Amino acid sequence: MSKFGAIFRREVAAYFATPVAYVFGVIFLFLTGIFTFYMGDLYGRGQADLDPFFTWHPWLYLFLIPALAMRLWAEERRSGTIELLMTLPVSVWQVVLGKFFAAWFFTAIALALTFPVWITVNYLGDPDNGVIVASYVGSLIMAGGFLAIGSCISALTSNQVIAFVVAVVVCFLFTVAGLPMVLDVFSGWAPQAVVDTISSFSFLTNFQDMTKGVIDLRNLVYFASLIALWLFVNVAVVESRKGA
Amino acid sequence: MPRGKIVNQGEVHMTALIEIESLTKRFGPFVAVDKVSFSVDSGEVLGFLGPNGAGKTTTMRVITGFLPADGGSVNVCGQDVAEFPIETRARIGYLPEGAPLYSDMTATQLLRFVASVRGLSGAEASRRVDWAVAQLGLDSVLDQTIGTLSKGFKRRVGLAQAILHDPDVLILDEPTDGLDPNQKHEVRALIRDMAKDKAIIISTHILEEVDAVCTRAIVISQGKLVADCTPGEFAARSRHHNAVVLTVRGVAEDELRSGLGALPGVADVELRVVESASSCIVFPADGKPIISVLSRHVQAQGWEIDELRVESGRLDDVFRAMTVHDRVVSERQRAAS
Repeated sequence: MSKFGAIFRREVAAYFATPVAYVFGVIFLFLTGIFTFYMGDLYGRGQADLDPFFTWHPWLYLFLIPALAMRLWAEERRSGTIELLMTLPVSVWQVVLGKFFAAWFFTAIALALTFPVWITVNYLGDPDNGVIVASYVGSLIMAGGFLAIGSCISALTSNQVIAFVVAVVVCFLFTVAGLPMVLDVFSGWAPQAVVDTISSFSFLTNFQDMTKGVIDLRNLVYFASLIALWLFVNVAVVESRKGA
Repeated sequence: MPRGKIVNQGEVHMTALIEIESLTKRFGPFVAVDKVSFSVDSGEVLGFLGPNGAGKTTTMRVITGFLPADGGSVNVCGQDVAEFPIETRARIGYLPEGAPLYSDMTATQLLRFVASVRGLSGAEASRRVDWAVAQLGLDSVLDQTIGTLSKGFKRRVGLAQAILHDPDVLILDEPTDGLDPNQKHEVRALIRDMAKDKAIIISTHILEEVDAVCTRAIVISQGKLVADCTPGEFAARSRHHNAVVLTVRGVAEDELRSGLGALPGVADVELRVVESASSCIVFPADGKPIISVLSRHVQAQGWEIDELRVESGRLDDVFRAMTVHDRVVSERQRAAS
C-alpha cells in the first residue's frame, strides 16, 4: 500500500512540477465556461440546473483526458525511466493503479474547481442539488473511464502524440457508441440484442442516465468494469512490452 | 546449536548471491544472450566486458527482472528472479544503462521516492538518503531539478539511488561513464569499499577499470561467454604479458634485434621508433619472465640503458582478440583442444 502511495504521490507531483497541471486546469475551466454559458446558454434558458454544463463534459473529456493520460507511460518509455521504475520492488499493478489514481485525482481537482458554476445557479435560482451532486459524481466516474483508456494506450508507445491521437479515436468510439450514426451501421443486419449491447457500451448513454440524478448500479458496474478491463490490459501491455 | 551453525556455513558456501545458469534471451530471431552461465559471490566485483551490442545490458536487465529470460535460470540470493520478482528486486540495487532518472524531480525528491518504493520511511529513510548523498557528494545539488544537472551528477544520483537500501547485490551498467577522472576514482573507491559484503557486477568497456576495481572479469561477445578469469589471468593472455621494453644508446637496430632474438625464452623482437636511440619490445615465449636473461645480456654487451621495464599485459589486446569474431572461433577451438 505504501508503494502504491509512493507512486501516486510522485505522479501527482509530476503534474504540478511541469506546466501540465496549470495549462490543463486553465483550459478545462475556460472551456467549461464557454460551453456552459455560450453554447449551453445557461442564462437564457431560464432553468436553474446544470444541464448545459454537464452535457458538454463527454466532449471536453474526449480531448482533454487523453492529453492528461498520454504522458503516463509514453514518457517513461521515451526517457528510459521505465527501467528504473520497473526494476524497483513494486508490482506492475501497483504502478498502473498509482498512475491511474493520480491522474484521476488530478481530474477531480479540476472538476472541483468548477464550483463557481454551481454557486451561480444556486444564487440565481433553486436547483435540485441532489441531481447536481449525482452529475458531478457521474462526470468524475466517466472521466475515470476515459483515463483508463488513455493510460492503457499510452503504455503502447513511447510517442505522446501517437498516444494522444489513438486515445482520442478510441474514446470517441466509446463515447458515440449509443448514437444513431453508430447504431445505424448495425441495426440493418444485426439482431436487436447486439445493437442494444453496443448502445449500452456508450459513455454518453451511461453518463446521461447519471445526470438525471440517479446513479444506477448498472451504470456503476458499466464504468467499473470498463476501467478494470482497460487497466487489466494496461498491466498486460506494460508486462509484455516494458523492454521494447 | 553447533549443527545449526554448520548448516548456515554450508549455505553460505554453496549459494552464490548471483547464479546464472545457461541464460538465453532472444529478440525475434536475434539471439542477444546465448547460454551464458556464471556466478558472483559475496565480496566479488565482477567486471562484465564486451563490445557494444554483445549482450551485457540485456543480461543485466534479465538479472534485475526488467526483461524475462527465454531460457535458463537466474537466481539472486537463492531465489529465482522470474518466480520471486519483487523479493529479488528488493535485494538488488541497479543503475540502468545511461542512468535514466525523472528529470522533473529534484535529487532529493528522487531519492526519497526510491526510498519509499523500497519500503523505507521516516527516520530510516532519511538516514539512508543522507548516507547515499554523502557517499556520492551530492550535497550541492540536492534541490536542483535533475534535468538541469550535468552528466556526471546525473550518474551519481543514479548511483545514489542504487546503493540507497544497502543491497546485497549491486548491478551497475557503466557506472563511471561520463564522469571526470577524479569522479571515476571516487566511484571506484566507493565500489571497492562496498564490495566486502556484496556481490557487484559492473559493466564497462574501460579496461583500466577492470584492473582498478574488479576481482574477476568475464568477457561476452555476440551473446556468448568467451572468458571468465581474474584480471591477472586476463592480462596474462596478452602477448605483452612479461614482455620487456628496452631502449639503449649507441647500438645499431640490427645488432639489437639479432642479439636479443637469439636469447633463450625470447619469442620475438619488435623494433620501436624512438629518437636518437634504439628501442624494442622483446616478447617472451609462453609468457614466461625474461627480464633477468635480458639484463644479463645488456650488461655483458655493455650497452647504455635508457629504459628497461616489464609490461604486465595489455588488456585491450586481449579484449580485441577475444571479441573480434573470427579470432573468437580459433580461441575457443584452442580452448576446446
